Amino acid sequence: MIDVVQDGAVVTALIAMLGGAIRVSTPFMFVALGECLTEKSGRINLGLEGSLVLGAMIAYAGSFLTGSPWAGVLFAGCAGLVLGALHGFICKLPKVNDIAVGIAFMSFGTGLAFFFGKPYIQPQAPRLEAIHLGDWTGDHRLAQALEVNPLFFVGVALAVFMWWAFRNTRWGLIVRMTGDSAPAAKAMGVSVDLVRFLATAVGGFMAGVGGAFLSLYYPGSWNQGLSSGQGLMAVALVIFARWGPLRCILAALLFGAAGALGPSLQSVGISQGYYFFNAAPYILTLFIMVASARSKVSAREAPGELSITK
Amino acid sequence: MSRFEISRRSLIKTGLAGIAASALPMRIATAASPVTVGIVYVGPRDDFGWNQAHAVAAKALKGVSAVTVVEEENVPETDAVAKSMESMINLDGANLVLATSFGYYNPFVVDLAKKYPKVEFRHAAPLWSKDKDPKNAGSYFPYLNQAHYVNGVAAGLSSPSGKIGFVAAKPIPSVLSNINSVLLGARSVKPDATVRVIFTGDWSLPVREAEATNALVDAGCDVITCHVDSPKVVIQTAEGRGVKTLGHNASQAPLAPKGFITGAEYKWETIYKSFAADIAAGKTLPNFLVGGFDKDMLQNTAYGAGASDAAKKAADAAIAGLKKGDPIYKGTLKDNKGNVVVNKTYDNYDPYLDGMNWLLEGVQGSIT
Repeated sequence: MIDVVQDGAVVTALIAMLGGAIRVSTPFMFVALGECLTEKSGRINLGLEGSLVLGAMIAYAGSFLTGSPWAGVLFAGCAGLVLGALHGFICKLPKVNDIAVGIAFMSFGTGLAFFFGKPYIQPQAPRLEAIHLGDWTGDHRLAQALEVNPLFFVGVALAVFMWWAFRNTRWGLIVRMTGDSAPAAKAMGVSVDLVRFLATAVGGFMAGVGGAFLSLYYPGSWNQGLSSGQGLMAVALVIFARWGPLRCILAALLFGAAGALGPSLQSVGISQGYYFFNAAPYILTLFIMVASARSKVSAREAPGELSITK
Repeated sequence: MSRFEISRRSLIKTGLAGIAASALPMRIATAASPVTVGIVYVGPRDDFGWNQAHAVAAKALKGVSAVTVVEEENVPETDAVAKSMESMINLDGANLVLATSFGYYNPFVVDLAKKYPKVEFRHAAPLWSKDKDPKNAGSYFPYLNQAHYVNGVAAGLSSPSGKIGFVAAKPIPSVLSNINSVLLGARSVKPDATVRVIFTGDWSLPVREAEATNALVDAGCDVITCHVDSPKVVIQTAEGRGVKTLGHNASQAPLAPKGFITGAEYKWETIYKSFAADIAAGKTLPNFLVGGFDKDMLQNTAYGAGASDAAKKAADAAIAGLKKGDPIYKGTLKDNKGNVVVNKTYDNYDPYLDGMNWLLEGVQGSIT
């Protein structure tokens, strides 16, 4: 099919991947950062897929009812916060497995969202506005790719803040200590359960905000197939990013760009084997996971209290 | 509302047989109408797509006197559909069950048709087989590609560049036929028109559908259409990019006030009303019912702001032609690999076209 490839096809595909990286990565970024915080405290919350979907639905409903998309974002965060807090509370009880509870919350969150989201499939809610960073280029494709939602910058700023806070603040060190060694934290007089409860709740808040991006910006409407597993992939991205907030951003961007590969290659005429290209993000994740799992550094970076590493 | 009914029904069905027994005569006593139609949907009734098209027809059916309609949405293509159809039969007294999703047919519709020989079952895909399947089951299916042909005609005269973008779910014959028909429609008025297709790989992947739409616009397409379960994301994204749009399945006109041209819509209403009338009159229902504009089973959405006057005129003429049975696939046509795939003029319902596994020359894309 090479004969139908146009001039500048490579440029088109690259621009599409740049745009895709920026557009698609934001929800991954928020969920991954939320999960990163939770896992740093020594607990896994697999239920963030549920928080993401519920956040998407609440954000859309909130924006529709109040007329303000940013109010929707806030409501979405709060919905995530409540789910995260519930997860944190249940995991505090003796002999509760956080992974099992997480799976339950995944179904609970999506079920709740489908149930209450019914009346909001049809109406059109006000959406978040983008910042136009590329209009000066004079190229409509670049201008489109560089239409960036403010939440993207919020996510990047949050990652930098978390990276700094984990090293330099008392709170950051307490979270890390709880995650690496609960006995040490107890010896210091820190309430392990409280730290994990808060970390899970705040992590849920971030996932909820990620959901708001899905329904209020890109693709920008509420329906039941909206997430299609993005929350789960984001949890995997945290391991892929080896629990580093800055690497979470990189991983999300890479994942977004790889996801744009399938459609953009087909649009420039490379249409054979699109199933393979559509699977590119997952193949990429698999390769990097295998590569990074072999290094001893990665084993050292995993929080010691995680039930998967114990 | 419907959710409550689901749980109540399944509760009665599974556990409280005693209550079911006492509820049953009551139901029958109150149901005075001779025709009760049960309709099962795979998704939400207001999805701007496939399910909405059926729900619009169900609503029209409710307006017919002496017809009761019971509906259930979000029924997965699993054992759940058998349960919900059975409860429609046993508790609501349905004498016609309409199963509207592809995967409902085998084994669920077939098995229930054997179990309840007095109830009529009809399924919205051409799957019924005369030799194997029960006589009280059957298929109905409008050939939507005719309406996509009209879409193509309107797009050909509304698009400055003649480049049409198509976001498609899976490369199965009915999808390929829609893509090819858009091309043939566009080429009938603009011989150098092309269709660029992107396959997403599944029926509902909103993020990838939005990516595909953006990629098509970046590649220079100025009209976008699709064949996915819910076209809402595609139409909204295209409208946001300032290009024109063609709808699919149901009316998406409200989503694109600036760029909407027209859309290919089912008119299930015609079929459902004829089924209900046949049952009321005591006639046997047809087992295999297919058609298009000629049988009033399709319609095109009212023209939007994106349609030029010439496009409206040509599209209306195309509809008039299809009503008379004008053929769409007229030989000789090559596929986009250079093989001759259409060597004579085929009738719009020719079985050869049902097995289509090619994209015509002028379509940029590949089915593998």
